[in-house]
Amino acid sequence: MRIAAPVLACVLTLIVGSLFFASLGHDPLPTLYAFFIEPLSSMNGLSEWLLKASPLILIACGLAIGFRANVWNIGAEGQFTMGAIAASGVGLFWPNPESALLLPLMFLAGMAAGMAWAAIPAFLRSRMNTNEILVTLMMTYIATLFLSYLVHGPWRDPAGFNYPQTALLPAAAMFQSFDPAYRLNSSIFITVVAVLLMWLFTDRSFLGYKMSVSGAAPLAARYAGFRESAAVWIGLLAGGAAAGIAGMAEAAGPLGQLSPQISPGYGFAAIIVAFIGRLNAFGIVLGGLLMSLLFLGGEGVQMTLALPSALTRIFQGILLFFLLAADFFIFYRIRLVRPVKDAPALETAR
Amino acid sequence: MELFIAIFTGTIIAATPLIFAALGELVVEKSGVLNLGIEGMMLMGAALAFWAVTAGYSMPVAILAGALAGAAASLLFGVLALTFLTNQYAAGLALAIFGSGVSAFLGRGFGSEPIEALHGVRIPVLSDLPVLGPLIFRFDPLVYLALLMFVAISWFLYRTKAGLILRTIGESPQTSHAIGYPVIRIRYMAVLFGGLMAGLAGAYLSVAYTPLWVENMTAGKGWIALALVVFATWQPLRVLLGAWLFGGMTILQLQGQALGLQVPSELLSALPYLATIVVLVLISRNRQMLALHFPASLAKPFRPAS
Repeated sequence: MRIAAPVLACVLTLIVGSLFFASLGHDPLPTLYAFFIEPLSSMNGLSEWLLKASPLILIACGLAIGFRANVWNIGAEGQFTMGAIAASGVGLFWPNPESALLLPLMFLAGMAAGMAWAAIPAFLRSRMNTNEILVTLMMTYIATLFLSYLVHGPWRDPAGFNYPQTALLPAAAMFQSFDPAYRLNSSIFITVVAVLLMWLFTDRSFLGYKMSVSGAAPLAARYAGFRESAAVWIGLLAGGAAAGIAGMAEAAGPLGQLSPQISPGYGFAAIIVAFIGRLNAFGIVLGGLLMSLLFLGGEGVQMTLALPSALTRIFQGILLFFLLAADFFIFYRIRLVRPVKDAPALETAR
Repeated sequence: MELFIAIFTGTIIAATPLIFAALGELVVEKSGVLNLGIEGMMLMGAALAFWAVTAGYSMPVAILAGALAGAAASLLFGVLALTFLTNQYAAGLALAIFGSGVSAFLGRGFGSEPIEALHGVRIPVLSDLPVLGPLIFRFDPLVYLALLMFVAISWFLYRTKAGLILRTIGESPQTSHAIGYPVIRIRYMAVLFGGLMAGLAGAYLSVAYTPLWVENMTAGKGWIALALVVFATWQPLRVLLGAWLFGGMTILQLQGQALGLQVPSELLSALPYLATIVVLVLISRNRQMLALHFPASLAKPFRPAS
């Protein structure tokens, strides 16, 4: 049944999607085909599919560690942005642009920046009792503005015809594509490792178990002596590290430079991915592949059918709605009860 | 004097959408429900109201349409959180994402032309007073409505029996259920009211504050409204003061940009978000103050024990 809910949610989303397309005057079947099948019918499509799934899965793995402990980091978008900024900073300004160390250094910079950006809400939550939902979200807006400042100001490429973007990263600062014709690159291995680490942590480590107890039964966790602040720190730092690395991989992969818009909303979509995946490593892989398809499909129908790419966000929302609703039928048994009519009046005790 | 009037009126106007959204959320949270989807509901309200104006409907109809759009969006959340007992954080996030998608989808045909903004009122004599006129008596009607809502909600929550029941449900739904109050139904009404207010807030943005349509034009105001409720420690008067504080910050930041301060505009734009964090930290440090007015059952799904 744990698997049934996501499947049911997907089916219902497809049905609602078809009705929606029909109401827009598009024949649902070809539209669904264009949305979900066509993107996967070419090598390039497959490459793009994995390319987009990779950051989603990576970030969702990090976030899920926090979500399991009821630590709500919804600012992965900001941590992603900071990771991309820090990594690009290293890539652009490292004295030796051909150094073999460049990529590893960028990796560390991206991870550190993502973690630093998440450490602020972690500190505020554990020391100052400040709600991490709001802080992580506000930090996302600040990160976006910081990126905008950099690409409009100090980091703007002087040879870039005044476009708000940085210079291109040197070749040594880029992940190698598997095939020059496609954009999929070796950064996907980072995601594979992250999924394994996440699985080890949640399913095979005592610390991971403690985190899950903190989330499922906070009082029991406190009674057992598991520190809440440890869960907060680990939860937020894991999410920040994953998002920072994802940002680094995006900058050093498909982007190759910074511009004001570097994420199509990976940080937010990854929240949904984590939920579709039931906060479980392998579930997240499936969820990420599905979500990536939604992004691809959204782009596809935007080009072929001139439908707006906002459809992706609508589908994301509907999918999450259905998923949450489907959970109800798993966790609860429905019993129909008739309202009691003419119940005898209760005598109030005096 | 001119500058003072500009800053004062600007503050009041910038605070208005926050007042609507945060007061609505206050009522929702007082009933024990946490709806994180304000941003999505505001965007739906903004899109619908803007559409109604471009489609030639009158201003009141457009604003009503915005409010109803917010309420309709909140119903989605309500069904999930109240009927299907889902995690309220997740349901609210889903609504925030969904609302931003739907509004962007609706808004694709709106174009980038501004519409004629909601007019300020013209009260004979009062609006023409030398200083007080422009200072107090020339706002658009929604500014006054926001203040009216503040009075109405404060009165409702603390001076009526219905308000007492709502707060009781927020403190202990099990007890309220045992006494015989329809917990779920009342929570639905609170959620719908919150949606209505968020829709109004959105409508205010798109037809009065910046009368044009931009994708994701709320720019985090829905989330700031959520923060305001915490900042206010769940008390209406503090919501109002907090909204003015943030309104003032927005206006000072805009004035700063207009005066050409020698700081990057992005830093000024980041100020409201930074301020939100600072304010949250200052308030949250004092756990006692938070606990005093905090609805004890906030964000906990309620299922009648049988």
